[in-house]
Amino acid sequence: MKEININRSKEEVVILFAGDSGDGIQFTGGQFTETVELFGNDISTFPNFPAEIRAPIGTEAGVSGFQLKFGSVEVFTPGDQYDVLVVMNAAALKVNLQNLRQGGVIIANSSGFDSKNLKLAKYIDEENPLTNNSLDNYEVHSVDISKLTKEALKDSGLTVKEIDRCKNMFVLGFIYWMFSQSPDNTIKFISEKFKSKSELADANIKALKTGYNYGETSETFTSRYEVKPAPLQKGKYRNISGNQATALGMVAAASHNNFDLMYASYPITPASDILHELSKHKSFGVKTFQAEDEIAAICAAIGASFGGSLAITGSSGPGVALKAEAMGLAVMLELPLVIVSVQRGGPSTGLPTKTEQADLLQVLYGRNGEAPMPVLAASSPKDCFDTIYEACKIAIEHMTPVTVLSDGYIANGAEPWKFPSSKDLKTITARRPDKNDFLNDKFLPYERDEHEVRPWAVPGSKGFEHRLGGLEKELRTGNVSYNPENHQEMIRIREKKINDIAFDLPDQIIHRGDEGADLLVLGWGSTFGSIERAVKDLIAEGVSVAHIHLRYISPLPKNLGSLLKSFNRVMIPEMNRGQLSKLIRERYLIDTISVNKTKGIPFSVEEIKQAILKHQDHVSTSA
Amino acid sequence: MSVQVLNTGGNGNPLTAKDYATDQDVRWCPGCGDYSILKQVQTVLPTLGIPREKTVFISGIGCASRYPYYMNTYGMHSIHGRATAIASGLKAARPDLDVWIITGDGDALSIGGNHFIHLLRRNFNVNVLLFNNEIYGLTKGQYSPTSPKGKVTKSTPYGSVDHPFNPIALALGAEGTFVARSMDRDPKHLRDILLAAHQHKGASFIDIYQNCNVFNDGAFDLFTNKASKDEHTLFLEEGKPLTFAKETKGIKLDGFKPIVVSLEENSADECWIHNPQDKIKASILSSFFEYDMNQGPLPRPFGVFYQSERPTYEDLLTEQIEEHKKKGNSDLDKLLSGENVWEIK
Repeated sequence: MKEININRSKEEVVILFAGDSGDGIQFTGGQFTETVELFGNDISTFPNFPAEIRAPIGTEAGVSGFQLKFGSVEVFTPGDQYDVLVVMNAAALKVNLQNLRQGGVIIANSSGFDSKNLKLAKYIDEENPLTNNSLDNYEVHSVDISKLTKEALKDSGLTVKEIDRCKNMFVLGFIYWMFSQSPDNTIKFISEKFKSKSELADANIKALKTGYNYGETSETFTSRYEVKPAPLQKGKYRNISGNQATALGMVAAASHNNFDLMYASYPITPASDILHELSKHKSFGVKTFQAEDEIAAICAAIGASFGGSLAITGSSGPGVALKAEAMGLAVMLELPLVIVSVQRGGPSTGLPTKTEQADLLQVLYGRNGEAPMPVLAASSPKDCFDTIYEACKIAIEHMTPVTVLSDGYIANGAEPWKFPSSKDLKTITARRPDKNDFLNDKFLPYERDEHEVRPWAVPGSKGFEHRLGGLEKELRTGNVSYNPENHQEMIRIREKKINDIAFDLPDQIIHRGDEGADLLVLGWGSTFGSIERAVKDLIAEGVSVAHIHLRYISPLPKNLGSLLKSFNRVMIPEMNRGQLSKLIRERYLIDTISVNKTKGIPFSVEEIKQAILKHQDHVSTSA
Repeated sequence: MSVQVLNTGGNGNPLTAKDYATDQDVRWCPGCGDYSILKQVQTVLPTLGIPREKTVFISGIGCASRYPYYMNTYGMHSIHGRATAIASGLKAARPDLDVWIITGDGDALSIGGNHFIHLLRRNFNVNVLLFNNEIYGLTKGQYSPTSPKGKVTKSTPYGSVDHPFNPIALALGAEGTFVARSMDRDPKHLRDILLAAHQHKGASFIDIYQNCNVFNDGAFDLFTNKASKDEHTLFLEEGKPLTFAKETKGIKLDGFKPIVVSLEENSADECWIHNPQDKIKASILSSFFEYDMNQGPLPRPFGVFYQSERPTYEDLLTEQIEEHKKKGNSDLDKLLSGENVWEIK
């Protein structure tokens, strides 16, 4: 028997809005996000699009989802399991039910479960799950949202189709009621959005209010929740996705330091949004170049870098593979260049819309010859900003190509961001040629400073004319050289130049827990949220565990080795077959426990916890 | 060609071809056609009124692509096929620079074919010099995408079965706005075409026949040898009739079909008058590449096949940026905060 619990207070709630790609799911999720953010909750969101652009309506392939977790405590991930599952049709339920926690709430649009939809969703014998008791372990609310919306808007003057498109507002209104949130922010948003089409604005607002009132007056709903504001750091916030943060980081690095920004790219999932975002910012002088292919994109960036721009190219694994030769050229030319790789499931075309971290070794080593390159990885949507900014700084100040790794999970995921003020941004200073870079009045394009950095002399500057190229360079002069001693020395210098960057890097910090704990969970990239939450919970339960998360993977922070050795054992969870593990074992000669997942979906907090606890048992039994 | 010196060096003295040479030994094989092309470019550059530091040569890979090392300007010897892509990025970032692309038949038409056509369609204001020797020289003698069918090379001991590209037709198809052909053995013609290419605002493409005396010697003998060249070459000049063989023969159009006529029986005025703005005619001219077995060989045209005006990519890009800059909205703090800010107090 269900307990009646009005205004239950909850720390965290996970909701999934799911429906057809045409149901306005992303918009609904976005509005809910904005509202709870304004209310002061912490939140993490993740949209889940179908791989097909317009998959057939009503089918499993066409289901679009928007997952969010909001809370009165710090929120690290969009959540493992849903507390509330909102489904607009049968296919949406079928695809997502497995991740609804036992006893969770299902809000279903019953008209999306007619025989046609049941057939499309491939329910056996078109049997309706809403009525056959198969959902008895859940709290099911079957509401004819389509009909109620139609009824409410019958006098709106809108067409049947237009009215049907308002049903997501009914859902949103109802969810606002359910979580004790005010619909006012969305009402304001709708009024502005449809300023010139007042009948559409009125209809959407009416649908929203109808949904809200339905919660209030309908007696079927037993639970109403309240999630109090989270104790977030004081300051100004906005919501940001990873790809957006990456783009803004680029504009900030260029604009704050008076560089021209050139972003050359070829459309590829899940990196294209960076190109979309940047192409809007022409007023900052941002030049975006949609090249004919991946190779042209990086080559155009190299050309722009030679010309003095902060030049960046972005792609994902298959595209980065195509760029490999040009990345090697940039190593040889010693020009600043940033390559963003928003990873997805591989190999080959793999899983374009799913996430993975299996391109670490690709960007570290995937080039001919000894071609070392700094590699940084972003750990959350908002961290993409700082990471790309740091990458631009390293590229320019050390005259080298730099790769930044992101992935589909954080690229599309979003969270509140306490954005910086421009005056808090670091200064980026290029090494320009000076009088010390001359020998007998001849400019030496490969003369180096104490960090092995050569001068960035840009065409147009008189007296610094020089030629670069992919052939091995002679020390200092940069002339072509086939001399064996010279080649060996240049390889050594190029390696030292990258290694020396470590002197400029901050010491690695422990994100959670204490040095010397029994077990360290070492992570990189988008696993941050799951690891952080798992470690936080287990420390609270008395487990001796700590979390270190790497942003700098090449070169590694100078203190990392001694830090790692202070822990009994090091566990590395990765969405690959153990790529960072390989690196850490080789570099520090310590064993690592490699925890791997390659399902195209991120680690859940629970999975990380289980891995830690499994290891705990191992330690206590063997001790 | 009379060379008028416009550029000056740092000491106020006029620049000469020598000022554009570097201290690097030129390492092409003795007798290579590349030497002539290098010399003609070094001769033309001082006349252009462009400061040396604003001139950039970008090349890919191949014999020809060593070229930037021999030019005392800014330059880059890049990777195979990508000179056009690198130059595109450079020109987009720096429209103020005078950008020259040095490439070969393998570099531009095989491995770099994609970038080549896209550079032409975008119409960057750059000059593409294609050193066409119809062979892979640097890799020591394999057939190239311009080698004729049946060509016996190291990789085609029984003759090539590959149908070759017609570079002029390809450039026209890619919407090139300046499409020309010249050759290493005719320095004056080459200088004229280089100058015209440079003066053209937009992507200028010159297919330069260049003799590889080691791996494909004599490939263009028909057009360069005293005995045969008059019969087999046709020099295009705007507004002038298409005549050749020391004015003894001309070309007439029979519908769209070019026919060779004797000027002893016909007047030159009846011949096809060259109009480089006419794309249909340019396209017919490009087909002189092929031989009509019934008609006998058509002479190979040299000169500017086609020239038209179209806005350059970099101008349109700059225009769009300037337009948006005028509107303001370049406050970084506003960009970082976005539209929807909330405050935790």
